[in-house]
Amino acid sequence: MTTVGQEQEQPPRPALEMVGVRKIYKMGDEEVVALDHATLMIGADEVVALLGPSGSGKTTLCSIAGGLLAPTAGSVVVGGQDITGYNAKRLAKFRQETVGFVFQSVNLVPFLTARENLLVVDQLGRRTGKAARDRADQLLEELGLADRRDNLPSQLSGGQRQRVAIGRSLMNEPQLVLFDEPTSALDTELGEQVMELIRTEMKSRGTAAVVVTHDERIVHYTDRTMHITDGVLHA
Amino acid sequence: MRIAWLELRRRPSRFVTATAILALLATLLMLLGGLLDGLLGGSTSAVAAQRGDLLVFSSTAEKSFVRSRIPPAQQATVAQVPGVAEVGGIGVAQLAARVPGKGPRDLADVALFGYELAPRGVPAPPGPGEAYADSSLERKGVRTGVTIEVGPARTPIRIVGTVNGLSYSDHGTLWSSADTWRTTINANLPEAGVGPGVFQALVVRVDPGADATAVAGRIDRATGGATESLTVSDAVDAIPGVSQQRSTFNQIIGVTVVIAVVVVALFFALLTVERTVLYGVLKALGATSGTLFGGVVLQGVVVTAIATAVGAGIALLLAAVIPPGTIPYTLLASRVLSSALFLLFAAIFGCVFSLRRVLRIDPASAIGGGQ
Repeated sequence: MTTVGQEQEQPPRPALEMVGVRKIYKMGDEEVVALDHATLMIGADEVVALLGPSGSGKTTLCSIAGGLLAPTAGSVVVGGQDITGYNAKRLAKFRQETVGFVFQSVNLVPFLTARENLLVVDQLGRRTGKAARDRADQLLEELGLADRRDNLPSQLSGGQRQRVAIGRSLMNEPQLVLFDEPTSALDTELGEQVMELIRTEMKSRGTAAVVVTHDERIVHYTDRTMHITDGVLHA
Repeated sequence: MRIAWLELRRRPSRFVTATAILALLATLLMLLGGLLDGLLGGSTSAVAAQRGDLLVFSSTAEKSFVRSRIPPAQQATVAQVPGVAEVGGIGVAQLAARVPGKGPRDLADVALFGYELAPRGVPAPPGPGEAYADSSLERKGVRTGVTIEVGPARTPIRIVGTVNGLSYSDHGTLWSSADTWRTTINANLPEAGVGPGVFQALVVRVDPGADATAVAGRIDRATGGATESLTVSDAVDAIPGVSQQRSTFNQIIGVTVVIAVVVVALFFALLTVERTVLYGVLKALGATSGTLFGGVVLQGVVVTAIATAVGAGIALLLAAVIPPGTIPYTLLASRVLSSALFLLFAAIFGCVFSLRRVLRIDPASAIGGGQ
């Protein structure tokens, strides 16, 4: 019950809501169901692991959540923004402003320094200039890369490159960060360090994350685990 | 765009091959243009320098000075045509000249013009038996102060001054009064002789603002079809061999531009294939196809601009080291500019071939989506 003069506390808006999402690919005359009526909700600062074997549909789910693919059916709401009917241009803007990505093979721009790799996000999006430079410096500091900001990716270790990629994914202050197999290229110890870092960074910022993986060991670092098999999501 | 610019600055070695090939093509383009301008200048510069809007030939002359004759009455008729501001007669005779101090077989080929209206770079007609000589004749000993003997009749003509860059049918020119020209042509080419007051053609200046083509039509009607009036540029093209030279060289220049388009298209298509993963990642981060394609065009334009500058430098160097009179090579600023514009077009058009590939890159490929 609410009394007069007392503000009603709103429950935090979910970072991701997917309802009945299907993705069907046409291959010649055949149709392949990559994702079959997936429904899920991820809270504002929830870190969720998405486990499944190769070809199970986890990458498709991640791509739809990140606005990289349009679903065949169903609805997708990210940070309160319904992106279901967005065209390519609006999806590009959505990706610039609302989500962050960390790719499996890191994929930093090889001729840009660590700091410039972070600033790419701003140059492609809002172009805030000094504010972006300050944020990049702050992120690099927090990620323990302040002394590596002017190094090219080729001058960084695997773990350092992964941390730069995490920094890049946080540059646009996203509602949701999608991690695609973030530990697959790292040894066990480094993989654990990276997962610890991901959890710490997400929790400290109140940012939700989906970690796509087939590595059962990382579930210790997540709040919840979802499994996907043959396009069907199991909570 | 900034990413593309930083790649150019930080990875210049990636672009060296394309820059070198384009620099060679730019050099070839300007060299061909310089040769064309040199050849055309040697054939036509004396006509192109006429300070008039129209040249009037007799209608049976097929636009040839040699065959054309304009009697004084026709000149007077032309002068009365509405829109005509000024009329002056002109004639030319191509002859060999003996030069003092040179052997009897070491003759200078000259084109002796008689004129009333001074062309660009030529003073008013000199006195009887005098002429101004084009500087290209200096290597044959024809210079101010000497008296040469023109034609088989050895008509003496004293050189009283020098003009520059005026040739006709690859002959250095002499510029004399109409009477000196008539005296010389009648003495040396009696079969082509001209009567008193007769010229081979007329140079016509039209009234300011008048339509030269319309005036040309009125002139030809006023003379009852006895004349054929041409703009100066049409008269230049009518000089034997000029259109053929221009057409041949322009075709070679066109093929060179096409090769430049192919080089740019292939190079940037290869680079785009190489960058498929990178472009996928950038698209996933929110880059549009337009942004990425803009970067490709920026790189294409910068590479081509550097290549054009190198090509222009080499072409200028060649212009400086080629001895005058040996190779007909004239590098004009307009030729350098037009070559640069052709190459710029080649750069942009070549890059367009990468556009489809950039558009087709799926951002989902960055995380292995779309499978």
